Amino acid sequence: MFAATRLNRRSYRNQGVAKAVFFLMTVALVIPVLLIVGTLVVKGGPAISWEFLFSPPRDNMTAGGILPALVGTVWLVVVALLASVPVGVAAAVYLSEYAPDNLLTRAINLAIINLAGVPSIVHALFGVGAFVYFFNMKQSILAASLTLAVMTLPVVIVATRESLQAVPQAFREACWNMGATRWQTIRKVVLPNSISGILTGVILEVSRTAGETAPIMFTGATAFLAFLPESVFDQTMAMSYHLYYIATQAPDVPEELTFGVALVLIAIVLLMNAVSIGFRIYLRGLKKW
Amino acid sequence: MVDADRAARSSGAPGPRYDEPPIVEVRDLAISYGGAPALRDVSLDIHRHEIFGIIGPANSGKTSFLRALNRMEAFNAAMQVGGSIRINGKDVRDWRNEYALRSRIGVVFPLPVGLPLTVYENVAFSPRLRGVRKRADLDEVVERCLTRAALWDEVKDRLDSLGSLLSGGQQQRLTIARALSQEPELLLLDEFSIAVDPVTTMRIEDVLKELRSELTIVLVTNLVQQARRLADRTAFFLMGELVEIGATEDLFEGRVADRRTAGYIEGRYG
Repeated sequence: MFAATRLNRRSYRNQGVAKAVFFLMTVALVIPVLLIVGTLVVKGGPAISWEFLFSPPRDNMTAGGILPALVGTVWLVVVALLASVPVGVAAAVYLSEYAPDNLLTRAINLAIINLAGVPSIVHALFGVGAFVYFFNMKQSILAASLTLAVMTLPVVIVATRESLQAVPQAFREACWNMGATRWQTIRKVVLPNSISGILTGVILEVSRTAGETAPIMFTGATAFLAFLPESVFDQTMAMSYHLYYIATQAPDVPEELTFGVALVLIAIVLLMNAVSIGFRIYLRGLKKW
Repeated sequence: MVDADRAARSSGAPGPRYDEPPIVEVRDLAISYGGAPALRDVSLDIHRHEIFGIIGPANSGKTSFLRALNRMEAFNAAMQVGGSIRINGKDVRDWRNEYALRSRIGVVFPLPVGLPLTVYENVAFSPRLRGVRKRADLDEVVERCLTRAALWDEVKDRLDSLGSLLSGGQQQRLTIARALSQEPELLLLDEFSIAVDPVTTMRIEDVLKELRSELTIVLVTNLVQQARRLADRTAFFLMGELVEIGATEDLFEGRVADRRTAGYIEGRYG
């Protein structure tokens, strides 16, 4: 009575095939990551030392460490965050909580999607024209960070908007029905329950900002600086640009050094992602519905 | 739990004030969603201190009617409302401050919504909105409202746990407590007992009967017997149309103007 019919057997087989295909695709996805990280660790690992991390490059970049680039990347990321997070979060709150569904809103949404699709080199040229020349910031951390901020704004906006919209509409209506204004509702119910998603988006933005090269090449990054930047108006070295430079521009750089820089850069990005994931798990534990 | 202040305010015999101007006057109300009509040509009055029942099968426009009273079309771009609704003699669309209007109308919908705040803060939300700050005052409101919603005994030891983690039936009573914490003039109940067990439902129904001396209640229900137990007058909605309104006893004893009403009440369809 419960014997498998031909139809049953066929669906079992199909399900097995489907599962195998999906599994293989997943494996195919993991392989390049393992290869990249593995290569970097093997070839760049020996270069990593306290001296490497905490001293400036020497001898035309062929020796020494990466301290100015590390510090420069921190400057760039922090200034970019200070510019993009308030703007991005505010814009997302407006779009998600206030904007009526009309032509203008749809146009803005379309613009955000397109902004996310603009190649980073185009952002770089925009940064040169707008920040370096028009606003006369010269090549500086400020100009480079603002370029990065413009480039990553869509990430912040989309992540924020999605986590705002993950808050059930019923919560908003319950508040409005008690006579709460939109702002009271946002402040007391919507934001406290979407902050985890917003922060996750911000951390992802950090990892992207730290890795970008093109937008900072012409707007504030410099190949070599023996000292650390002192203000946002200084030029700076940066990890991503330093890697590009020693890998392709500077002669006679030991391979080990190049891979070491790449390893540190990817470690920063992976660390940021790990923090983001850990944070998400922690906050999911606090989820309130 | 009825404090002296409230007892004094509700002086005089409880019960509907048919001789006074009605609290809600609805004229030629028509509601549609994206062009699809949900309700049309509804005109009726609801009087102070009345429990006004609305019965009718699914999709008859009962919930839409409640939504329009609270101007909830503002939340839903597809919902269009025509005709006029006057509350306390003033058209709801003429209230420049729609938040003030909503703060005086308590609403309970069939699906409970425990806000992701503590039980205490759920009930203190509305008092805080109207500026109550002193802890003692808030404590008093929270206890009174939770007691009336028949929830106090179950949650008094865990007022700091999350309202959204209570069971469905408890969340529904929390929603009722929250509506009461607004100290509303008008209480709109849409299927409030759908997630609540029969014993608790009876306790809440007793509270509603008491509350009639303080406020006006519009009760939408699928349980015709609930309308019979509670409502002073009952309206029968069918497919977006108001079929008839009558004193509840008349309708339930067969004195109906339209035989569709009798058919629904007797359970022949719906």
